[in-house]
Amino acid sequence: MYKLRSENVNVHYGDFHAIKDVSLDVEKNSVTAFIGPSGCGKSTFLRLYNRMNDYIEGFKKTGKIYFDDVEIYDSKIHIEGLRKKIGMVFQKPNPFPKSIYENVVYGLRIQGMKNKKMLDEVVENSLKRVALWDEVKDDLKKSAFALSGGQQQRLCIARTLAVEPSVLLMDEPTSALDPISTAKLEELIYELKQNFTIIIVTHNMQQAARISDKTAFFYLGELVELNDTKEIFTNPKKERTQNYITGRFG
Amino acid sequence: MNNSKINQLKDNAFKYFGIGCTLFGILVLGYFLVNIAIEGIARINWQFITSLPSRIPGKAGILPALIGTLWILGLTAVIAIPIGVGAGIYLEEYAKKNRLNNILEINITNLAGVPSIIYGLLGLEIFSRIMSMGGSLLAGASTLSLLILPIIIVATRESLKAVPKSLREASFALGATKWQTTWMQILPASSGGIVTGVILALSRAIGETAPLIVIGALAYVPFVPSSPTDEFTVMPIQIFNWISRPQKGFIINSAAAILVLLLVTFLMNGIAVYLRNRWQKKVKW
Repeated sequence: MYKLRSENVNVHYGDFHAIKDVSLDVEKNSVTAFIGPSGCGKSTFLRLYNRMNDYIEGFKKTGKIYFDDVEIYDSKIHIEGLRKKIGMVFQKPNPFPKSIYENVVYGLRIQGMKNKKMLDEVVENSLKRVALWDEVKDDLKKSAFALSGGQQQRLCIARTLAVEPSVLLMDEPTSALDPISTAKLEELIYELKQNFTIIIVTHNMQQAARISDKTAFFYLGELVELNDTKEIFTNPKKERTQNYITGRFG
Repeated sequence: MNNSKINQLKDNAFKYFGIGCTLFGILVLGYFLVNIAIEGIARINWQFITSLPSRIPGKAGILPALIGTLWILGLTAVIAIPIGVGAGIYLEEYAKKNRLNNILEINITNLAGVPSIIYGLLGLEIFSRIMSMGGSLLAGASTLSLLILPIIIVATRESLKAVPKSLREASFALGATKWQTTWMQILPASSGGIVTGVILALSRAIGETAPLIVIGALAYVPFVPSSPTDEFTVMPIQIFNWISRPQKGFIINSAAAILVLLLVTFLMNGIAVYLRNRWQKKVKW
């Protein structure tokens, strides 16, 4: 069953043709990795799913993208509602300049939830899910900036989980982290897969090979190949994929 | 001499040049302050603060001017802050980058440089005559609001611009609307800069004389204004009035009044610094 589908998607920024006729389906509760050299369009494509490109000057899109069979660029779509269901984690940890507690409950506060007990519960559950609870449970009132980079990134994931999305978009979530934090985050992604559909953009091919079920290789705005991760890394069908994963370019 | 030596020399030269520039400003200001203080400090007493103006220098006081200045300050803040900050938020966060808004932007920046007397003439026509406010506090505050709006708008926009894009994205990605993002994230994060801009603008407003004279603020006010529709005078006008008289006693009075005006300005800046520090503590960077 497909959670996200896209048909013949093209994206232009002014004159620049950023995404060229990409059709790509994502299975429910799986991890899909987007790989490819810088500027190949993988981040752009990821940000289509929660409509984060809408703010960019000159952005134009054609083609269709479906989330649970709803066209997400339909004019009747409620963008804020969509983003509650499709959460996003960014390249650099970007906690709010508030306390750890306030970071986690922000998504619920903007929905108008005031019940202190429920908020407390959500904070505990969300932080436990990202294995941060034991490290911060006594410092919930402390600034999120007091945490290490890896902790901050896990906090950002907890914050996203608190609004209970079904899809998680991750845009190079470990590129600013040290190897130990990266390993922890990969472990977390593996666990989250049970309940979430995850798409992860990564520059690190070993990472894609370790954690993803499917891998999509983008090059110059085109989707070159999408297949089971094992197939992509052991037996790529296209020569360009072969060249990229063996490090001949990129 | 090798290259690194030359660079070091340049570095030092610039350091001393910078120290010189800083000292120049401080020395000139210091000379002025000392001069005024020597002349006026003995004149400041409770009688001076609480008396109405008089033709006898020893009996004259600044009460109407001081209260007038505080009224003007308060009313101008009430009018100019919401409009200025609101316009700044609109232009930075909501307005599309098209030709019309570009022209608007350039104009606002230019407005900050228009001589204040021109604002006085504008205020005279719009507020005093067309809206028939006459020479009231409200007309004065409205005119000064026009004068400082560009400063507040520009300061607001610059502070909003300084907020990292990642903060906006984080908020949007959690399903926040533009309003929620602006209100709960962007404004708190930029409040320090906005408050500083607002205080600078208000400090400018309380020093202005020309536009208020144009709209008909009085030089001689033998009463204390008690509502926004009352006629008024302000400290700079009172100072100007006294300084233009031949008697030595009035010159001393004006020196004392300058000291009081400076004190009001310093107090305001102090409050601003306090508020800024308090708010920035809430924003836990």
